[in-house]
Amino acid sequence: MTRLAKIYLVAVLVFLYLPILVMMAMAFNRSALYEMPFTFDLVWFKALMENERLLQASWNSVWIAAVNAVIATALGTLAAYAFARYEFRLKGLLQLLLFPPITIPWLIIGISMLIFFFWVGIGRGLHAILLGHVALSLPYVIVVVGARLRDVSVQLEEAAATLGATPQQTFRRVTLPILAPGVIAAALFAFAVSFDQFVISYFLAAPGTSTLPVEIFTAIRKGFTPEINAISTIIILVSMSLMLLVARNYRFGGER
Amino acid sequence: MNKQSRQAWTIFGLTAPAYFWLTITVLLPLTAMLYFSFLTATPIGGKEASFTLKHYIGFFEKHIYRYNAWRSIQLGLFVTSICLMLAYPAALGLAKVIKGRWREAIFLLIILPFWSNALVRTFSWTMVLREPFDILYTYPAIVIGLVHAYLPYAILTIYVSLQSIDDSLIEASRSLGATRWQAFYRIMLPLSMPGVLAGIFLIFVPVIGSFMEPRILGGKQAIMLGPIIESQFTALNNWPLGAALSFIMLAIVLIILGISTPLIKPYLEKSS
Repeated sequence: MTRLAKIYLVAVLVFLYLPILVMMAMAFNRSALYEMPFTFDLVWFKALMENERLLQASWNSVWIAAVNAVIATALGTLAAYAFARYEFRLKGLLQLLLFPPITIPWLIIGISMLIFFFWVGIGRGLHAILLGHVALSLPYVIVVVGARLRDVSVQLEEAAATLGATPQQTFRRVTLPILAPGVIAAALFAFAVSFDQFVISYFLAAPGTSTLPVEIFTAIRKGFTPEINAISTIIILVSMSLMLLVARNYRFGGER
Repeated sequence: MNKQSRQAWTIFGLTAPAYFWLTITVLLPLTAMLYFSFLTATPIGGKEASFTLKHYIGFFEKHIYRYNAWRSIQLGLFVTSICLMLAYPAALGLAKVIKGRWREAIFLLIILPFWSNALVRTFSWTMVLREPFDILYTYPAIVIGLVHAYLPYAILTIYVSLQSIDDSLIEASRSLGATRWQAFYRIMLPLSMPGVLAGIFLIFVPVIGSFMEPRILGGKQAIMLGPIIESQFTALNNWPLGAALSFIMLAIVLIILGISTPLIKPYLEKSS
């Protein structure tokens, strides 16, 4: 029984990883048309280093993901704190409003943003992409920080208050340090949500300036792709190590 | 200021920034899109536009849109059921058979790719499906790519609900004379239904709304609602029609989920 389960799970893992590994291998293959036999070469990584468009798009992606992580984590942590520490009438409604950004298909969210931003004059471009990414990251941040806040005992905060700390001091010196692992996990999470986001960026990108996934999509549609293998390999490795970091951080956070 | 109103201001101050942001980026845009779906033309750049229902009526009159919608629904049902069938045994093995380090390692390996870039993962299939299988740009290629994208969701949700089942329940049923199959069918399966249902919701909705996977893997076979809506905004510039088709897509999703929830509800009640 154990053996059978192991064999099946390994088969599932092969299905999940096979295409990714093939793509990574092809990034190091000399032939542009994915021809065999396999000849190891870094030619596509060198080509990537000279591809201004892709480099600029990568820079845009990292920059937007970082700013997005800061804004979404700040706004989300405040809201999560209100949900965890206060009872108020609109709470249920506000929590319900977190669902649309994650449950409505991104295609629909993306084009509704395009329509509205164009209509009111916000327009397209990196600023519009940032606006959209923060909206998508907020629900995740609120959930992740909220989960951590539930573990922080209210008594600690009350003890600080009894001992004469002002609410601001309590928040800064008691709540925030305990909350830190959750906040860091949420920030990494928000970074990943933004860095991987394609659909919304695709509709909000202005011609000429865009993020990495949008550039990759355009290149795939044009049909010439070995450099894309190289950049994709880098992206996969970065995303996966980022997520391992979140997993680690989260576990340690739980034990502290 | 009394205590109560000070607390009200604190709550307002804490939640207002996040919800102001969500209003500008989600609520107002959805409202604007609803408004646009009733217009004759895109009212940007001084163009005249008046009220019309033609985009909604057109959906029912023109065969092409219904055909695309049907293909989207079919794809959603197809991908969701394949995911559930592949995921259930995997989640079962992970939750109830495999223990210790192996479980931890396999679990992490399963959820890891689903946090990496969806576009890149879809693209990676173009290399595998090309040679020697030669099924790139076909319907099966779209299905394979989407199953690959959403399988981890299904494994995760089913695993969580299976893991919360107390093993002593199964031992009790076995000692009372149930066969292995009966113990599974009468106890485990109903108790794991919340996970299955969560999986259905998490997979079906995005698959119906997908356009990137059909475009990259399906080529000319990308005859579905998602790609059609996308092209109204990127190639054909008919924003009102695209907006109307988006709302029809939302309605389809809500109707199908509305129908399926009562069907699964008996299981949910049994388990709680």
